[in-house]
Amino acid sequence: MTVVPTEPAVPPLTLDLDPYGRLILHDPAGRRVEGVEPIRAFPLSDPHHWIALVDPSGREVAMIQNPDSLEPRTRQLLLEELARREFVPVILTIHSISGHSPISRWSVITDRGPVTFQVEGDDALRRLGPHRLLVTDQDGTRYLIPDTRTLRPKIQRKLQALV
Amino acid sequence: MGDANSAVPELPPTWRQTLAGRLAEDEVVLAWFEPDLEPNLQYRPGLVVLTDRRLLSGTPASGRDGVWTWREWPLENVLALQTRERAGLGQIDAIGPEGRLHHWRYTAARARAAQRLARRFESYRREGALTDDRTETVCPGCGEVLRGELPECPRCQASSAAVSPASALRRLLLFARKRAGMLLLGFVLTVAGTAAGLIPPYLTQPLIDDVLIPRQSGQDVPWERVYWFLGGMLAASVLAWLLGWACNLVMSAVSERIAADLRDRTYSHLLSMSLEFFGGRRTGDLISRVGTDTDRINNFLSVNLVDFATDCLMILGTAIILFSKAPALAAVTLLPLPAALWIMTLVRERLRLGFEAGNRAWAAMTSVLADTIPGIRVVKAFSQEARERDRFARANWHVVRVNDQVNFIWSFFGPTLNFVMQLGLLVVWALGAWLVFYRDFRVGVLTMFLTYLARFYTRLEDMSRMLQATQRAAASAQRIFEILDRRPDVADPPHPIPITQLRGEIVLRDVNFRYGTRQVLHNINLHIRPGEMIGLVGQTGAGKSTLVNLICRFYDVQEGAILVDGVDIRRFRVADFRRHIGIVLQEPFLFYGTVADNIAYGQPNASRAAIIEAARAARAHDFILRLPDGYDTTVGERGQNLSGGERQRISIARALLINPAILILDEATSAVDTQTEHEIQLALENLTRGRTTIAIAHRLSTLRRADRLVVLEHGRIVEIGRHQDLLESPDGAFARYHRAQLQLAGVHP
Repeated sequence: MTVVPTEPAVPPLTLDLDPYGRLILHDPAGRRVEGVEPIRAFPLSDPHHWIALVDPSGREVAMIQNPDSLEPRTRQLLLEELARREFVPVILTIHSISGHSPISRWSVITDRGPVTFQVEGDDALRRLGPHRLLVTDQDGTRYLIPDTRTLRPKIQRKLQALV
Repeated sequence: MGDANSAVPELPPTWRQTLAGRLAEDEVVLAWFEPDLEPNLQYRPGLVVLTDRRLLSGTPASGRDGVWTWREWPLENVLALQTRERAGLGQIDAIGPEGRLHHWRYTAARARAAQRLARRFESYRREGALTDDRTETVCPGCGEVLRGELPECPRCQASSAAVSPASALRRLLLFARKRAGMLLLGFVLTVAGTAAGLIPPYLTQPLIDDVLIPRQSGQDVPWERVYWFLGGMLAASVLAWLLGWACNLVMSAVSERIAADLRDRTYSHLLSMSLEFFGGRRTGDLISRVGTDTDRINNFLSVNLVDFATDCLMILGTAIILFSKAPALAAVTLLPLPAALWIMTLVRERLRLGFEAGNRAWAAMTSVLADTIPGIRVVKAFSQEARERDRFARANWHVVRVNDQVNFIWSFFGPTLNFVMQLGLLVVWALGAWLVFYRDFRVGVLTMFLTYLARFYTRLEDMSRMLQATQRAAASAQRIFEILDRRPDVADPPHPIPITQLRGEIVLRDVNFRYGTRQVLHNINLHIRPGEMIGLVGQTGAGKSTLVNLICRFYDVQEGAILVDGVDIRRFRVADFRRHIGIVLQEPFLFYGTVADNIAYGQPNASRAAIIEAARAARAHDFILRLPDGYDTTVGERGQNLSGGERQRISIARALLINPAILILDEATSAVDTQTEHEIQLALENLTRGRTTIAIAHRLSTLRRADRLVVLEHGRIVEIGRHQDLLESPDGAFARYHRAQLQLAGVHP
């Protein structure tokens, strides 16, 4: 497939915030779309590139391959909006993982504060890289462990048995 | 294509003799065929010969050897030869101007020859010469071009013989050769460990005879000498312990690797097999071969083989020591050995057969699981849990019954051997006591003797356990080699023609195909131009999917040929060829992995940009963005959290990504609602542009954009033409289908 880039090298694409807090897109063609939503196309494998803007009906109106190519204000608005709609606490320390398979109870400290949650099932832990882990708790909230090697050895062994 | 002579069949010499004198000097034999049944379906040989002037039929006269009765018909009196086949039984009718002239019956084994006869007859009548020598074909085994009467490749005639248990074990060792270094190390460690284990009992004799007994009989022996012996025994034990540890470590590592090699080989060989192979096998059976059988072999190599080596050494070492100390007593010790060997040979065969049955039973049980777990929705929908439970229980208890039989033999065997050994021990005791009483034999020697003997017999018993393990491993190895020895029926040619770019021209020439005895395709001839879109229409079972499977080389044609860009597709490497074919199936299969992985399945190194582009063209991009993790969303084993239309569009993106020259759409839109079908239609429009496309569809509206429609009925092409032209002949098959669908639409507006 030949790639037809939606995005020229420096996209003259700009974003604005209207008084209601909605994002307004002005695209190169002079089109104005209200209430666009940024969505990461590869939120796990490549979160910092390939950000799609979709209109309120869910249709893609623009694809930003690299946010760094945007002008600073637009880029900032985009990243702020992304940050507002994402909640994936990063696990810094694990106090304990208790309970028997398949349900385990985790007590952790995240970058958003301490929390305890329950994890169930085989698919709840997903390896994103050799040492990166994504944990999904029973309610669907997800937690990221950026590097399992920074955890205590005992916890590391426990994780190894779980993944 | 060559003169008529090149296609004249070579009559086997015996037939030439039978026919001698019946044929004119210049009479040319065009085809021959041996019916093997009489009209009342009793076996009887016969011969039908087609020449350039008549049809001859001979049958052996009953009761008189070598005498044949003949009938013949001039060719101008024969209008047609028609073949019919049903359930392994065939009939060929010779039709004359006033009705049937004669008929012959035959079994499935002769079906191809009968059809060839009919085909040659037809081509000769029509054109006055043989034109069907185009049935040149390529050996599916080796890719050699074959010509002539019986298209079987001489190179591939060597049949794969069944694997005997002994040779299976031998080949297993060959398989282990790759790890010979580690195996040798393990063996050396074993020998050393065994030798260390023999030292302590050796020290008991001087301890008793030179220290304890002299001390007891009043001599002054210093206590320090006891220390000396104990120290030696301790050191030997420690040494044996360390060596044993190292040996186990090495042997378990090497056997783990050998088993992994075996699994890898078996699985990759499995993957190279054609769909025909998988169609005829049960999933559970294959899984159990790759999983359980390799594991048994692993066990055999790691535990039993080392034990066996140790046992042999131990027995040998012990025997040498015993004979050197007291030859007479040693000879008596070995008395039970012949009896033990005799019992072993007695049970060996039974054990192996029992284990083979056990493996099969186990595979049958796995098959039940592999069958019901993927079909669990059907099971629950029809609430057949109880029935499936019973089915599993039956298979499960069949395993128990089969193993009970083995265990019966086994449980008898072990104790019997033990009993024989105990008798041996008694005899040694008796002889030993007699020697001590009357021949001044030393008690220490006797004690040492008995210590060794206990070990000796334990080892012998272990060896009998080895027998069980060997037979078990042999049975498993046989099952594995059975797969490894199977030549893939869709194989790569030895000198494949490389493919750089395909234009996508497809020519089907006299393609015939049968599943077992059922002829699915008859003489299909079709020329598809590059970039053309062909719609295949026909009832279920008309042969549409088979045709497509042949073009994809999921199966190989049995007669005739399929040419792509003028080259027989059997002369390409299978993987090379398929890389240029995109397939969208009715039931899109998504593998466990992310959406991006699934789209990039045919080209794992595709860039993210290419993946997004393919998804956009397949009109899948927007809904993928709505998924919780976008392209990184994991889709389940069967893509369960996506709808049918969504899965279909992902599979279209998958086909688009590899940018194929030839595209196959096998009922790509039949499983979805009309709204989704519309979306998919738009996606397909992107997909089919500029590619040779073959689309199968039940909904005729789907095929409106096709350049030509090909209508199949009972494995034959009955109509070819444009959508509109076919509709204009109201009696045509296509017009009939079309009306039927309109009526259906009228009933359900």
